[in-house]
Amino acid sequence: MPRILLLVELKGGNDGLNTVIPYADPLYRELRPDLGVARERVLQLDEHVGLHPKLEPLTDAWKARDFAIMQGVGYPDPSRSHFRSIEIWDTASSSSQILTEGWVARALEHAALPKGAGVDCIVIDTNALPVMGPDLHTVVMQDAETFLGQAQAMTADAPVDDHGNQALRHLLDVRRQIYEAAAGLRDRLQVAPAPARSAGGVGLFGERLDLATRIITGGVPVLAVKIALGGFDTHANQAPTHEALLAVLARGLATFRYNMIAAGRWDDVLVLTYSEFGRRARQNASLGTDHGAAAPLFVLGGRVKGGLHGSYPSLADLQDGDLRHTVDFRDVYSAIARGCWDQSVAFGQLAVQKLDLVAL
Amino acid sequence: MGFDEARHLLSRAGFGATPAEIRAVAAMDYETAVDRLLGISRGNALTMPPAWSGLPDEQARGLCNWWIEEMLATDQPLVERMTLFWHNHFTSALGKVGSPSAMYRQNALFRREAFGNFGRLLKAVARDPAMLIYLDGAQSIARQPNENFAREMLELFTLGEGHYGEADVKNAARAFTGWSVDRAELPVFRRDQHDGGKKTFLGQTGYFDGNDILDIVLGHPRTAELVCAKLWHEFVSLTPDPAEIGRLAAILRAGGYEMVPVLKAMFLSSAFRDPINRGALIKSPVELLVGSVHLLGLPVPDTTTISSMMMALGQLPFYPPNVKGWPGGESWITTYTLLLRQTYLRLMVEATTVAPMDDTMKRPIEGRSLRNAGNAAKLGPTLAGIDPAELMQALLPRQPIEWVAPHASPGAVVAAAMLDPIYQLK
Repeated sequence: MPRILLLVELKGGNDGLNTVIPYADPLYRELRPDLGVARERVLQLDEHVGLHPKLEPLTDAWKARDFAIMQGVGYPDPSRSHFRSIEIWDTASSSSQILTEGWVARALEHAALPKGAGVDCIVIDTNALPVMGPDLHTVVMQDAETFLGQAQAMTADAPVDDHGNQALRHLLDVRRQIYEAAAGLRDRLQVAPAPARSAGGVGLFGERLDLATRIITGGVPVLAVKIALGGFDTHANQAPTHEALLAVLARGLATFRYNMIAAGRWDDVLVLTYSEFGRRARQNASLGTDHGAAAPLFVLGGRVKGGLHGSYPSLADLQDGDLRHTVDFRDVYSAIARGCWDQSVAFGQLAVQKLDLVAL
Repeated sequence: MGFDEARHLLSRAGFGATPAEIRAVAAMDYETAVDRLLGISRGNALTMPPAWSGLPDEQARGLCNWWIEEMLATDQPLVERMTLFWHNHFTSALGKVGSPSAMYRQNALFRREAFGNFGRLLKAVARDPAMLIYLDGAQSIARQPNENFAREMLELFTLGEGHYGEADVKNAARAFTGWSVDRAELPVFRRDQHDGGKKTFLGQTGYFDGNDILDIVLGHPRTAELVCAKLWHEFVSLTPDPAEIGRLAAILRAGGYEMVPVLKAMFLSSAFRDPINRGALIKSPVELLVGSVHLLGLPVPDTTTISSMMMALGQLPFYPPNVKGWPGGESWITTYTLLLRQTYLRLMVEATTVAPMDDTMKRPIEGRSLRNAGNAAKLGPTLAGIDPAELMQALLPRQPIEWVAPHASPGAVVAAAMLDPIYQLK
């Protein structure tokens, strides 16, 4: 049975250097005289790096070895534009290539999709690009009750000629998706149990995680669910904002993990956190950080091989002030596509570096 | 010019028009009608500015509600559409700027330059306090220039990605250092924090300041192309036509970045007037809601309701999602927002009532749903007395998809038209 991928986009560019912290490196103190996290506060993972203290709720997963940290993820010739860089991540393109199809859709191009729910991917966010493709049925919603209530109010109708009108074609296509999705989702969500422990306490992000939990425990045969946490574009006065966001992220994901284990579904799920880029190594004059390049990402799940993967980029060898990537994000996607859906995809790379992130 | 073409022009150049407004324009020669749309810029708002009382959150709500009221009250809807266009081009978001009054002053600038001069607007935006706060220019100093404004200006406001390098961003950022905001939220130039050194930018070298950088950018042909491509996407078609966009860009440059000639050329273009392009754009949430309230002649006791609808549909004025603004086009319609649009329209149709009429406002205030009112339905003054065929023609840019009962009452026709998918198009 394919596993379900939970994509967690950290919008705005998460500061990787203050997420997985090279606390033992004196250069870290030099680059971050004010923004650096004090050594004694860092949750040390080994003699070199540690987690930000606000990520403490994830230490259970770390000890259980189902939490992997992939260090130094990025791509050559990095873009520092939010829009261009997330587009690169979402479509698994190279820096100089424009693609319109999402990477999940590309990974599933040759896969036999499960039938039954009329929906392959559910996006509980506004950016659906990673799961957008001509052959994937994707539904975008903000919460389940509103979605189902509204879908019931629509009546199905006969096919209509769109006369080559692109806007009308899109409109009709969206209508058709709603009918198909609603039919499959309605019954399953109505009987889906509430999560064992609610993540609603951490706000909208938690509520959306709870909905993801219901979709999975309710047995909706989806391949991917996407949620997002925004606010990481910390150009000024970064510390309080970033700490609060990391706390929300960690509490939310720890609750999600608890619920999946309670429902016996943790082995069937992979969680991937990612962001369009990391941030500039040196703090700026506004006690913030500017757009950067490589950063670590998190992979969690019952079959994930926990621990530190890859190597931390050198703080002594920066590229235009940014961390150089040590792993290409498309290699991570290849490992996920293999671990989740048993698909072998190179995303246009001539040589894929095999990452041992998921036990098959 | 005829009813259908008048309807097309008004739906693209405003928020949607009532049958009476369409008839008035239909009686005119097409070019005369375009000249009239472009000739009546007052430059300031019709309604009173927000009161600026209460807590910051209340002030922010007051600001949103004020603009919605202005859009509903205005006698020059194209000015408001262009104000919104500039807001979406030179984005600033209240969430980060934090000052409703600075956002209000930026909005007044966009309205003043609604169809003014792009070059003048660009230079004013670079010194606009809300923009200086939004893109961190206010904190950019010679010792450590903040690249945010310089980068987004080049990528999103003028040249577009691929037409400059990282070094151009860094040097432009140096040139804008010292352009800051004082404690009264007014623009200030801090000479001691300005980098007066030599800079190389887009192949030119000199002791450039911010204005010099903007002059170089205005001299680059890409700037007019980018602005005209955005105008095309907003007013003409979702499918870019590089030759036509190039022609409009040449008009914009040749006219010293004056907006009236290029807007006129766009509205007169054969692509704009081609019947195949009618109903080929998707209404934005603001157009959908402001247009429907205007069309139905609904009372608007509480604009907070409208602004919360706009927020849910993905376009709350003063809160663009990021510096790139609302992407628009097909992205307005997702499985989520289409369902929600229908829900809100249903609410409006059901709030539009048959009786009794408010004595002073001459508007319906409460009663039965239009759809269920049958032959007893009485429409508000904007739609009353119009026969069903003309109502359909006024409300929809093309034939409806869903079946409408023959000989339905005017009220039922209005309800059916507004709930038809075609109503989402303009």
